[in-house]
Amino acid sequence: MKTKLRPVIGLEVHIEQNTKTKMFCGCPAIHYAVPANTHTCPVCLGLPGALPKANKLAVENILKLGLALGCKINLYSKFDRKHYFYPDLPKGYQITQYEAPFCSAGRWEAPDSPSVNITRIHLEEDTGKLIHKTVGGQKLSLVDFNRSGVPLIELVTGPDFETSEQVTAFLKEIRKIVRHLGISTADMDKGSMRLEANVSVSTTKKLPDYKVELKNINSFKFLAKAVDSEIARQTKLIHEGKRIAQETRGFDEAAGGTLSQRTKEEAKDYRYFPEPDLPPIRLSQEYVTGLKTNLPKSPSETIHELASWGVSWQAATIIVKDRARLNYLYDVRSIDNSVDLKSIANLIVNKNVDKKYKDPNDLLASIVKSAGNLSLEAKQMTKFINEVLIENPKAAEDFRLGKTNVVGFLLGKFMQKSAGRGDPKEVSKRFFDRLK
Amino acid sequence: MNKLNLSIAGTHKDLKEKKYSVTELVKYYLARIAKYDKNLNSFLTVTTDYALKAARKQDNLLVSQGEGVFEDFPLFGVVTAFKDLYLTEGIRTTAASRVLENFIPQYSSTVVKKLENAGCILIGKTNCDAWAHGASGENSDFGPIKNPWNKDFVPGGSSSGSAVSVASDFCLVALGTDTGGSVRQPASFCGVTGLKPTYGLVSRFGVVAMASSLDCMGHLTNNVGDSRRVLEVTKGQDQFDSNIQSVKLAGEVRDIKKITIGLPKDYFGQGLDNQVRTKVLAAARFFEKQGAKIVDVDLPHTKYATSVYYIIQPAEVASNLGRYDGIRYGLSRDSFGDEAKRRIMLGSYVLSSGYYDRYYLKAARVRTKLIEDFDKAFAKVDVLLAPVSPTPPFKLGEKTADPLSMYLADVYTVSANLVGVPGLALPAGFSDQGLPIGFQLISQKFHENMLFDLGEIFQRNTDYHSQKPKL
Repeated sequence: MKTKLRPVIGLEVHIEQNTKTKMFCGCPAIHYAVPANTHTCPVCLGLPGALPKANKLAVENILKLGLALGCKINLYSKFDRKHYFYPDLPKGYQITQYEAPFCSAGRWEAPDSPSVNITRIHLEEDTGKLIHKTVGGQKLSLVDFNRSGVPLIELVTGPDFETSEQVTAFLKEIRKIVRHLGISTADMDKGSMRLEANVSVSTTKKLPDYKVELKNINSFKFLAKAVDSEIARQTKLIHEGKRIAQETRGFDEAAGGTLSQRTKEEAKDYRYFPEPDLPPIRLSQEYVTGLKTNLPKSPSETIHELASWGVSWQAATIIVKDRARLNYLYDVRSIDNSVDLKSIANLIVNKNVDKKYKDPNDLLASIVKSAGNLSLEAKQMTKFINEVLIENPKAAEDFRLGKTNVVGFLLGKFMQKSAGRGDPKEVSKRFFDRLK
Repeated sequence: MNKLNLSIAGTHKDLKEKKYSVTELVKYYLARIAKYDKNLNSFLTVTTDYALKAARKQDNLLVSQGEGVFEDFPLFGVVTAFKDLYLTEGIRTTAASRVLENFIPQYSSTVVKKLENAGCILIGKTNCDAWAHGASGENSDFGPIKNPWNKDFVPGGSSSGSAVSVASDFCLVALGTDTGGSVRQPASFCGVTGLKPTYGLVSRFGVVAMASSLDCMGHLTNNVGDSRRVLEVTKGQDQFDSNIQSVKLAGEVRDIKKITIGLPKDYFGQGLDNQVRTKVLAAARFFEKQGAKIVDVDLPHTKYATSVYYIIQPAEVASNLGRYDGIRYGLSRDSFGDEAKRRIMLGSYVLSSGYYDRYYLKAARVRTKLIEDFDKAFAKVDVLLAPVSPTPPFKLGEKTADPLSMYLADVYTVSANLVGVPGLALPAGFSDQGLPIGFQLISQKFHENMLFDLGEIFQRNTDYHSQKPKL
């Protein structure tokens, strides 16, 4: 008899924060393409006598993510020490959260996926990095502590996924959210977002008594492949009546499948205990409520907002993914809300003008200077105005009935024809003059 | 320079009267160290050049700025030694362990910086039980420290060298650390004044950690007045220590007749040496004669304090020593001594999954009970008066074969660390064998002024603290 098999997948996602300074010291948190061991101090090197001091912004960031994912925010939270020996862990323990994470019991809903429980989201410090190199003919393992102490978020989901498509959709959404909240670049290739999946295959309604951890996978695509091939591997074993070992496996692209890395015969003992160097953190309800109120809009809300300002859907979708660019566009609008945002957005996406003019004021000044590009010849303008008025006779009528705001609608139609060219103030004035 | 003025105020008076220069003062101490410390072993490093350079600078300052320097630098010319757990930039810091035999720190601890900025002159780093593990000074990897009153006896520990150096006039002030009595007990054994401040009053940044929730940065001095002046500088905010609280010290004694002193019954029971009992009760009687009210108080969970301490402390020790994994400090883990290994194993065991609830968590709960004991006691009395050690100083080697009996010597001191309250150890007299015996005053958190005020009244009317060993 063939059993109905059901894959059970849970995720652990590590997200490195993009705060200016590290989790427990004042060192710069940036570590990618930085000369080794230049962003270090007694605290992140774990020198004798050094003590941690928690980064307030990093705490605020994780609370924002928790709120965005509908988590319960724990008003009493604390850090714990997790002990293990590894050369990239200078204190012999990692400061993390064990018993009282900042966020728990969240839920993520998607239109065409089963809902996903967010078990917990906690804050911890990243480790250093080992570099294996041959120096002067000698094979050496070197340690770079630049990454040591960078704020790291760990998000753990329930075993709520059944397919790799659901996994990918969820992870893409998480990446979008953290980028939108401005708390991480979530670049897979730079390691600022790291993925682990726990995969098992159930033969009953219950959860299986084992799980296989898929680790060290650095892209959504490979994770999906790894999950699929792991489900296939386990399904085959079950059909053969074999027992599946609890173990950690990696993904081997060449082989197109997962390979065993470590068999977990017994649980590791991390000897957790409360971090005595950091007092517990007590948050007030007012503070958390304030954070919630000020949460930035969700990516889709923002896209709608940009579109309502005339920005093309395509450009809006791109800009929303980059907090810095989005802020830039907001800045432009706050300086001059009559400016043609559609063109500006296109210039940002296609010509990187936000990189060329770091200050939005400079961009606006340069546009005024080279107004030729954006301005229309008077003849052309008159032609478009005429066309718009002819094509929208009802608008002209509304205006005469006192609905002067219809000019905005006409301006929109004009801009469609002119592809964003023409000074909106001048065009509006011309419509006014014509309709009066 | 024959007779030294053995207080900060006295030193300042002499410097103002130009009885000697700062350089002469430093040379005087250096000469005493050279002459007498060979047999006592209280220093691991003597910073001769560093101290003389600082002294010359201060002499110049005194010439150029006059007596204003005593206001700008409240500890001007105060020759100071630091337990070798305090990190000193560019000066070897070993924690008296072979593991750090060659460790030269890249930074100085907050307390060192604060004291140097206030005018203290660093004369050297003192010997102690390795990693501050011990109550006798015999656990140093660089040889035991001897009691200056009788070299066959231990000076107490773990801040052994700091107590010995103040008692022997090798310096005017010495910094120690008190995790379970490590300032108060050697102070008591060497006849000097030792303060364990409130947890969270003095920064721990830059001091090799023993047990982080218990470690207090204290000091040893010749008298209470000096202790007060040093705390005035060491206490307070530090951006690097999250546990520091900015609190104004309280507990001034305006009228001793309104003070109630509690004698914890549980500190005077079985196991307390009769000579110690006599001296401590005599101190209590002294305060009674001055007009204070003496009452008995209950601290019913005292009998569990040592057990709780020897679970929480090794757990934190094991965690804190994990960083000396042989990768970064030159020497491998084989260099750890027996006592450190014992505590690492004990601490790892009590934190293991399956045992955590039974040991660490239970100990943490009993710790809360101890805190409640003290809260109840301080609802009734202003201050507690108690013995520091159950016995007078013991002989070298007497307890080394039996670590448990050594641990039990901490019975009267560990509670203050578990609860976080301050304690001041003061000389109370001498045993039949001529060895110092001390007592301690324990107050509520941040009520150090109570300890100082009562301590000064005691020392104004007694001379135990001004007696010095013949070296």
